[in-house]
Amino acid sequence: MNGSTEQPTDRQTEQLSATTLLRFATAGSVDDGKSTLVGRLLHDSKSVLADQLEAVEHASRSRGQEAPDLALLTDGLRAEREQGITIDVAYRYFATPRRRFILADTPGHVQYTRNMVTGASTAELTVILVDARNGVVEQTRRHAAIAALLRVPHVVLAVNKMDLVDYREPVFAAIAEEFTAYASELGVPEITAIPISALAGDNVVDASAHMDWYGGPTVLEHLETVPVSHDLATCHARLPVQYVIRPQTADHPDYRGYAGQIAAGTFRVGESVTVLPSGRTSRIAGIDLLGEPVDVAWTPQSVTLLLEDDIDVSRGDLVVPSADAPATTQDVEATVCHVADTPLAVGARVLLKHTTRTVKAIVKEIPSRLTLDDLSQHPAPGQLVANDIGRVRVRTAEPLALDSYADSRRTGSFLLIDPADGTTLAAGMAGEFFAAAEAAPAGDDEGWDF
Amino acid sequence: MTTGIGTVGGSPDRSPDRSTDRSTDSPYALTHLDALESEAVHIFREVAGEFERPVVLFSGGKDSIVMLHLALKAFAPAAVPFSLLHVDTGHNFPEVIEYRDRVVAQHGLRLHVASVQDYIDRGVLRERPDGTRNPLQTLPLTEAIQRHRFDAVFGGGRRDEEKARAKERVFSLRDEFSQWDPRRQRPELWQLYNGRHAPGEHVRVFPLSNWTELDVWQYIQRERIELPEIYFAHQREVFARDGMWLTAGDWGGPKDGESVEKRRIRYRTVGDMSCTGAVDSDATTLDAVIAEIAASRLTERGATRADDKLSEAAMEDRKREGYF
Repeated sequence: MNGSTEQPTDRQTEQLSATTLLRFATAGSVDDGKSTLVGRLLHDSKSVLADQLEAVEHASRSRGQEAPDLALLTDGLRAEREQGITIDVAYRYFATPRRRFILADTPGHVQYTRNMVTGASTAELTVILVDARNGVVEQTRRHAAIAALLRVPHVVLAVNKMDLVDYREPVFAAIAEEFTAYASELGVPEITAIPISALAGDNVVDASAHMDWYGGPTVLEHLETVPVSHDLATCHARLPVQYVIRPQTADHPDYRGYAGQIAAGTFRVGESVTVLPSGRTSRIAGIDLLGEPVDVAWTPQSVTLLLEDDIDVSRGDLVVPSADAPATTQDVEATVCHVADTPLAVGARVLLKHTTRTVKAIVKEIPSRLTLDDLSQHPAPGQLVANDIGRVRVRTAEPLALDSYADSRRTGSFLLIDPADGTTLAAGMAGEFFAAAEAAPAGDDEGWDF
Repeated sequence: MTTGIGTVGGSPDRSPDRSTDRSTDSPYALTHLDALESEAVHIFREVAGEFERPVVLFSGGKDSIVMLHLALKAFAPAAVPFSLLHVDTGHNFPEVIEYRDRVVAQHGLRLHVASVQDYIDRGVLRERPDGTRNPLQTLPLTEAIQRHRFDAVFGGGRRDEEKARAKERVFSLRDEFSQWDPRRQRPELWQLYNGRHAPGEHVRVFPLSNWTELDVWQYIQRERIELPEIYFAHQREVFARDGMWLTAGDWGGPKDGESVEKRRIRYRTVGDMSCTGAVDSDATTLDAVIAEIAASRLTERGATRADDKLSEAAMEDRKREGYF
């Protein structure tokens, strides 16, 4: 009946100042406490409001549970609540004075690998949970492999349930060492291991009183301070053209702007640019940042480019600096995660959506399928089924300006789509498999170089 | 600055200290509002590029006002290439309808109205015993989509509003009956939105998916967007029902035993008058509203929506039937 307001705390008041945004995902098996960790993060950052908590308490009581089941905060679908499992990604939002967070809370079961891939695709950080009593298990390795495959820049290993191993440092150290060795081999660039107890609240938001041997950040402190990937602003500049803006009004009779979100890098007025795949060149005459002219713009800003010359540019084209243009190709070699229930077989005719361009394509070859358990490769499986990860070679009807996924998650990724009913079949990542250290031997140019 | 809707005062604050990240001092970090704005604009432009007949659901509420503001910026200096659709429950706040018509005229937009009252008058829909018309919006909405052959329908839904909405995709495919099947959603990867659909199907699009209530208010403040007056504290005749303050009106309130009193209130959401509650408030400015929301221990819908309390999965059930 009333807003139930109190005097704002310092934390809440500070939330109102300008902050950056971090997108992150959680991964963990069914019983290792992922829901408790998420619940603790939301609860301790005061992101669970009274009526939500009341709804959870009410639902928990009506199911005969004594304590509020924090998993009910994130499991929003009837089927999930009935079965007590997470089926699909849920997105959660919370904030601290330093940052705003978008959390993709993903299911842990291998059957839902595709949903983990969905959550990880936009994440800049993944929290992988393990149970301190069990250490690194198969599922942990799968999660690390997916984070490496999707090239999530930062990985946090949260060693949970430290309260059940008497908060002993050697338990944590052994797990952290084993995981770090494994994930580094996969090419995960940054790994931070944190000993926690989500249930007791140790090292989640507040530092633990039980583990004075640990000198690192809590989970929340790390989330607040990890750098968001500004380096994208300094790599190869790419602007996929989404839409051509032509007002044709008395005020703007000749305005012709190429609208799009900068996928990577930085563009400046005066710069010489090339439009792919046509290869035509011009110079940037102006940049409009949502109605305001600017001299420079960078990823992920949505802008409108004005060019000096009236050349043919349309949706699906890629604007790049003339000095830094990717090669175009009709033969795409990539890793895909198959996300549909119908299999993907050699010879399949599909649509390939890359940035703003959708082209016809044929699956020419499926050289291997990855076994996530031990990362071994099963040669020539013939087809991929739901949740499989494998290598494919695809021939496209038109040339694409495709970067390696290792260079750009945005211009190195694509979807395969069923032309008959529009189903998303597979998520593709162009270029080599993992960000592994083992580079191709010098002089070997048998590889693909787009 | 001529791109915004109902813009008040000067241009939005874009001083350099707002666009840098103090935690890293990188000149390339965007503030969370800039990042959310850029993402929403990208979604609008994707739809403009891929669909034949998109429409924006517009109620005159703050989320749809922000959507329209973003659409105006996305296509500036050209006009918004979409028309608007208002599902009119017939129980409207007069200030909101006045605002709606003014904005439509100001920007030369085309407005379609799907009227619940019309369906009741024709005997197609029957008034519910509780007088709530929110669930009755689904049929006029879905029939308007079919009649006008809209293939993309923008909604202002946010994932922070409700647990079923937290599971919603940005591009949400609906069948010819407008149904949402949460178990058969397309995985949505990177910023690669798949809008393919068969004839008769359409896609619901939610550009504000990743915004929170506070983001919406901070953006309204930064962009100096004008809102209907009911969002700010004002004296109004209200009566108590089911723990909420409702505005008296010829829609069916107050009933016997309910008494009208004059209170200083404001609204956090705009919807059907019969089920949208007001909160006691002294917030007459954007600053005061934002401070109030930041300190509130209740969610927007928990504080003001009666219809979401009908069952544990009320929103999921309505969404399955075609509600937005």
